[in-house]
Amino acid sequence: MERQPRALQVLLAIGLVALAAFPLVGEKFYLQFITKLMIMGIFAMSLDLLVGHTGLVSLGHALFFGVAAYALMLLTPEYQAAGFWTSLGVSLGVAALAALIVGFFVLRTTGIYFIMVTLAFGQMTYFYVHDSSHLGGSDGKYIYVRPVLEIAGWSPFDLERPAHFYYVALAMMVFVYLMLRVLLASPFGRVISGIKENEHRMRMLGFATFRYKLVCFVLAGTLAGLAGWLAAAHDGLVNPEMLSWHQSGQLLMMVILGGMGTPSGPILGAAALKVLELVFQGWTKHWQLLLGGFIVLSVLLLPRGLAQLFESKRRD
Amino acid sequence: MDTAIFFIQVLNSVQYGLLLFLVASGLTLIFGIMGIINLAHGSFYMIGAYLAFSLTGLIGDFWLALAAGVVVAVLIGLALEWLVIRFLYDRDHLYQVLLTYGLILIFEECRSLLWGDDVHGVPVPPALDFSIPLTENLSYQVFRVAMSAICLAIAAGMYWLIQKTRLGMMIRAGSVNREMVQSLGINIGLLYRVVFALGVALAAFAGMLGSPVSSVFPGMGNQVLIVSFVVVVIGGIGSVKGALVAALAIGFADTFGKVLLPQIAGMVVYLLMAAILLWRPQGIFGKA
Repeated sequence: MERQPRALQVLLAIGLVALAAFPLVGEKFYLQFITKLMIMGIFAMSLDLLVGHTGLVSLGHALFFGVAAYALMLLTPEYQAAGFWTSLGVSLGVAALAALIVGFFVLRTTGIYFIMVTLAFGQMTYFYVHDSSHLGGSDGKYIYVRPVLEIAGWSPFDLERPAHFYYVALAMMVFVYLMLRVLLASPFGRVISGIKENEHRMRMLGFATFRYKLVCFVLAGTLAGLAGWLAAAHDGLVNPEMLSWHQSGQLLMMVILGGMGTPSGPILGAAALKVLELVFQGWTKHWQLLLGGFIVLSVLLLPRGLAQLFESKRRD
Repeated sequence: MDTAIFFIQVLNSVQYGLLLFLVASGLTLIFGIMGIINLAHGSFYMIGAYLAFSLTGLIGDFWLALAAGVVVAVLIGLALEWLVIRFLYDRDHLYQVLLTYGLILIFEECRSLLWGDDVHGVPVPPALDFSIPLTENLSYQVFRVAMSAICLAIAAGMYWLIQKTRLGMMIRAGSVNREMVQSLGINIGLLYRVVFALGVALAAFAGMLGSPVSSVFPGMGNQVLIVSFVVVVIGGIGSVKGALVAALAIGFADTFGKVLLPQIAGMVVYLLMAAILLWRPQGIFGKA
C-alpha cells in the first residue's frame, strides 16, 4: 500500500475526529450540507477508481448515481417508508447491472471514444428518464419518507433526524475509503494500475485486461449507486438532473481538483468544489460564470490539481 | 405510411442529417487534426443561433446576418484558440474535457447575461417562406429544401478545400505527423488556429441556418453536442466522409424512430451507436 506522508495521516485523523464531533455543535443547515459533501465524496471516490486508478476517463458516471436514486424512488411506497436493507440492496444491484451492461459496450473503446461513448450512454438514460411520465418526467418525483432500518422491532437510528443521517453517511464514506484502500493494495489493485500505465504490456503478461476493467467499472458503478441511494434518501426527491452530464462533469472536476489517484483526494476535491459553489452562489445569480472561470484557470495553472500546491511547498 | 408522408419524412431526415453534419464535421476536424476533444462545440452552435436572432433584427436581412455572423464566429474561434485552446495540445484528454466543460458554463452564463433566458424565434426569410404542395393537404416548406441545398454546397466546398487546395494539403499532413510538417517550414500553430476557427464557424453557421426552423433557446447547444458525438463515434474520429454518412444515418434513425417507435424515440440514436460499436469499435470509417 502506498504510504501517505505522516503529516497527511495526522491531518486525516484530525479531520475524521472533527467530522465525528461536528453534530454536537453544528447547526442543522451545515449538518445537512456536510452530509451532502460526504455523499459527493463517496461518489467522487467511485469515479476516481476509474479515472485515477484504471485510467478510464468516464463522462457518464452520473448514470449509475441516478439509476440507484430512481430505484429507491420506485421502491418507496407513497407516504410510507422503504426497508433500509432491501432498498439499499436493490438500488446497488440495479446500479451494478447497469454498469455491467454499459461497461460491456463502452470498454470496447479507448481514449477519446471512451469519453464520448460513456457520455452518450449517460445522455441516453437521461433522455429516457426525462421523457418517461411514470418516472416523473423533467420534474422528477418526491420521496416523502426516508428508508427505515428495523431489526426485530429495534431501530438503532432514525434517518429522519439530520444527525443520524449524518453518521450513516460518515460511516459509509469511511467504509468505502477503507475498502478502496484495501482493494488497491491487493494484487487486483496492482493489475489495474498496470493497466493504467500500459494496457498492452499487461495483456502480453497474460492478464485478461477486459475482465479486470469490467470488474472495476461495475464496482465503480455500484459505489456511485450507493452515493445515489444516499442522495435520494437525503434530499427526498429524484430528478433527471441527477443523471445529467453536468453532474458527471462536475464530478470529474472534483476528482481532478483533489488530485486523482490519491486516496483522500476525491473527498477533498468534492468538499472544495461544493464549498466554492456555496460561496459563488452567495455572491451572484450567475455563479456558473465564476465556476467556469475557476475550472478553466485551474486547468491552465494547476496541471496536477490542488495536490500540486502542497508538492511545491514541500520542495521549498 | 402513404407515399407523400414517407416522402416528407425522408426530406426531414436529410435536412436534419445535413445540419448535423455541419456541426459534427467541425468536431471531427478538431479531433482528427488537433487531437482536441472539444465539449464547447455545442456552445458555438448556440452562439450561432443567438447571433442569427440578434443580427437579423439589427440588419433586417437573414442572409446578410448569416454572412456577418460567420465573420463574428471566425473571430471568436481565433480568439479562443489563442487564449486557451493552444495550451491544451500536449495535455491529456482529461484536461481538455475539463477546460472545455468550464467554457460551456462560461458561454451559458454569458448567453444568460446578454440575451436572457427566454425562448426566441427567427423569421424565415420572406423570399423562401412558401410551401410546395405535395398532395391536397400536405406541403413542404421551401426554406427547408434550401437549407439542405446550402448544407450540401458546404459539404462539397469542404471536400474541395481539404482534398484540392494547398491549405487542405497542409491540414491533411498536419493530422498525420505534426513534427514533420513543422520541420518542412509550415507554421503548425497558425494552421491549428485556422482549423479551430473553421470548426467554430461551421458549428455557428449550422446554428444560424437552423434557427428559423428550430427556436432559439438556452441549452440548445448541449443537445446538438451529444448527438454530434454520436455522429463522430459512428463515422470514425477525424473522418469527414464518415461524419457525412453517420449524420445522414442519424437523421434517418431519429426521424423515422419518432414515427415508427414513438415509445423509445429518444433512445433510437443511441441504440444505433451501440450496434455500430459492437460491429466496429473504431467507427465505420475510423482507422483501427
